[in-house]
Amino acid sequence: MSGHPSTYEPKTGFTKWLDSRLPIVRLAYDSFVDFPTPKNLNYWYTFGGILAVCLMTQILTGVVLAMHYTPTVDGAFASVERIMRDVPFGWLIRYIHANGASMFFLAVYIHMFRGLYYGSYKAPREILWILGCVIFFLMMGTAFLGYVLPWGQMSYHGANVITGLIGALPVVGDSIKAWLMGGPSIGNQTIQRFFSLHYLLPFMIAGVVILHIWALHVPGNNNPTGVEARKDPEGLKKDTVPFHPYYTVKDAFAIVVFLLIFAAFVFYMPNVLGHADNYIEANPLVTPAHIVPEWYLLPFYAILRAITFDIGPIDAKLLGVIAMFGSIAILFVLPWLDTSKVKSMRYRPVARQFFFGFVVAGLLLGWCGASNPDDPIIPMGSDKLVVSYTDANGNEATQTYDEYEPAATFRDQKVEEGVDASIAVQKAPAFRFVHLAQILTLYYFAYFLVILPLLGLREKPKDEPTSIHKAVLGSHDRAAPAPAE
Amino acid sequence: MKFMRFISAGLGAAALALSAQAAGGAKHPHAPEGGWDFQGPLGELDMDSVQRGYQVYREVCASCHSMRLLHYRNLGEPGGPFYDPEYPNANDNPLVKAFAAQDEILSTEPNDVGDYDYRPARTSDPFKSPYPNEQAARAANGGAYPPDLSVITKARAGGASYIYSLLVGYPEEAAIATDTIETEGEDGETVTEQQTLIEVGEMAVFEHGDSHYEGELVQPVGQYYNPYFAGDTTPQWQGDPRHAPPGGFLAMPPQLTPGRVEYLDGTEATVSQMAEDVAAFLQWAGEPKQTQRKSTGLAAMIYLAILAVLLWFSFHRIWRKVDH
Repeated sequence: MSGHPSTYEPKTGFTKWLDSRLPIVRLAYDSFVDFPTPKNLNYWYTFGGILAVCLMTQILTGVVLAMHYTPTVDGAFASVERIMRDVPFGWLIRYIHANGASMFFLAVYIHMFRGLYYGSYKAPREILWILGCVIFFLMMGTAFLGYVLPWGQMSYHGANVITGLIGALPVVGDSIKAWLMGGPSIGNQTIQRFFSLHYLLPFMIAGVVILHIWALHVPGNNNPTGVEARKDPEGLKKDTVPFHPYYTVKDAFAIVVFLLIFAAFVFYMPNVLGHADNYIEANPLVTPAHIVPEWYLLPFYAILRAITFDIGPIDAKLLGVIAMFGSIAILFVLPWLDTSKVKSMRYRPVARQFFFGFVVAGLLLGWCGASNPDDPIIPMGSDKLVVSYTDANGNEATQTYDEYEPAATFRDQKVEEGVDASIAVQKAPAFRFVHLAQILTLYYFAYFLVILPLLGLREKPKDEPTSIHKAVLGSHDRAAPAPAE
Repeated sequence: MKFMRFISAGLGAAALALSAQAAGGAKHPHAPEGGWDFQGPLGELDMDSVQRGYQVYREVCASCHSMRLLHYRNLGEPGGPFYDPEYPNANDNPLVKAFAAQDEILSTEPNDVGDYDYRPARTSDPFKSPYPNEQAARAANGGAYPPDLSVITKARAGGASYIYSLLVGYPEEAAIATDTIETEGEDGETVTEQQTLIEVGEMAVFEHGDSHYEGELVQPVGQYYNPYFAGDTTPQWQGDPRHAPPGGFLAMPPQLTPGRVEYLDGTEATVSQMAEDVAAFLQWAGEPKQTQRKSTGLAAMIYLAILAVLLWFSFHRIWRKVDH
């Protein structure tokens, strides 16, 4: 924390010698041992540590997988199965890596929603938040590239959809698309560059993570009250505890509980989060019935498909792409959209309702992303039968029925008369997934562009505690709180 | 707020569950009566069933379906159906060697004069494929390509239950009717055509519950109706198009008839028994290390659970004097 004096004292001759040349032990001590951390952080704040574990797990397992993987259209699928069958504990390494991606996203979403709820993006933590958004964006890129590598049906056709989106961008789209694919279509050259980039991006993520932690350690942690820890030595001592052992042990407990859930997926349902079609080797000539991305990208996929209308000269496809990228881009400017001076939604009774609405909207968008947009959610009326035939004057005519029997009788009668007649289904009007997705997309953008800016000016927040120390006194379930010092 | 959180959690779980499965209009597959032995965190494959399943694969499926990712040695490796602790190296296992030697394959290495000879397979060879390439497979199967079965249980929603349901799910004799249609040919002669009709409502799998399916499916030539096969039956359905039955048409005719194989262990080869056994074999083949996965998992879960308890107590001890 800036302004907090270093308390590291080198003890041995070697550490003294090192400290005057490269104070790396001092840096680590000040950052991860003595670092003053608000004493009221709850379990939602353990996801930073959990995410660090996720990143390291992905890099370690990924490096081993790369030793056995073959990035060619003919060899990729078989090499992944060879890892599962013939590499010692290859099944374990691959399942950790594949499920690790899901766990990584699960943790990052909780981490981001925690930041949204407690206002961790507000001054003085704007850069910290933006760096987090950069990490999230890089993660999505890495996950997409990685999903292509097993060269299953979803890999191939998913890649086709995503590169197609980029191709929809005006002017530069086609060039970027060709550059990404390494040619006019997805092929061997694509899988090779995706492999290379999939290996590169995690190290870029690691670099931004270092900046993220640096930016965290300048203002220090936010906390559930949103009230900053006091800067004067007396107040700081009352408001904070040293990171070690207080938060090392709390994070360690949370990490192990998280690993229990992680392990349950790896060992007992390793393929449940994936799509069965990805165990079919990629075949450009056979398109799967439903192309869906991995679960963690579904909300954004739903936003993409929610835009089914043109606005002026911009067609629906491009608008969808703009909406999808916009839904991520908007996070970057969030610190300047939220006008409220109060950080934590604990003290913002109205904002907090909208926040929980936002969480629900995100989850429902995921549901829309997984579903066929044309499927009805709430049918209005029942499907009807329409018999089309040519009438006596040679004009196309139709007759509508509710029941099948009379419709069939009418058709047969027409056929007997020597007239072409056929039955088709007329779908009843319904509230469909695409409609739900449109409403939710509207709410997603309204939350950032309308609700947060206006609410900050109009809402009357509850009284915040004067300090973290005051906030935790008596909040604990112990009858007589022992002095914290 | 508690309520909202409850709702969000429920929706999250639902979204996860939905994203994992997106099947077409096929009937939901079911396990054989009594379920699978390999179900659940502690379930293990019934190796007798897997052994019988290998016999069904060899004698029935292998004439059209390849299993390119499997090697003969896999049969004798730990976790495999013919693993023998006396032969820790599967390549020494006489049974596995015998299985391999029964198949003649085209050698992958050239001989002294540069030609490729046929030779008996060795334990290190992949399973013999019925066709040299996809074109040959299609030519022999009326244009359809019998899929490779190496990872089929992972590649279909429902896994082994899908294989089982598909194999036993074809219409029974009683539900199949033949219809003769007479049409006038080009030169005025009468042309008779045989048409196979499936009385879907008569099928055992539809007996319970749905009385919707009053009507018939016109089965295309060389195609066979199966309610578990993903597809669309609407174009072939003579009946209310709003209630076209689930399923689709596939090029594989029903394969399992009672007594199609004669089990070496004397088990009665009913259709259901053979389907269950071959599904169990394919379940093993899709992931030969699954038993090892579950046993390693048990150790890992116990280790993590103990570690979590220790850390929980450490956490409370360290924080006992701090209000937070």
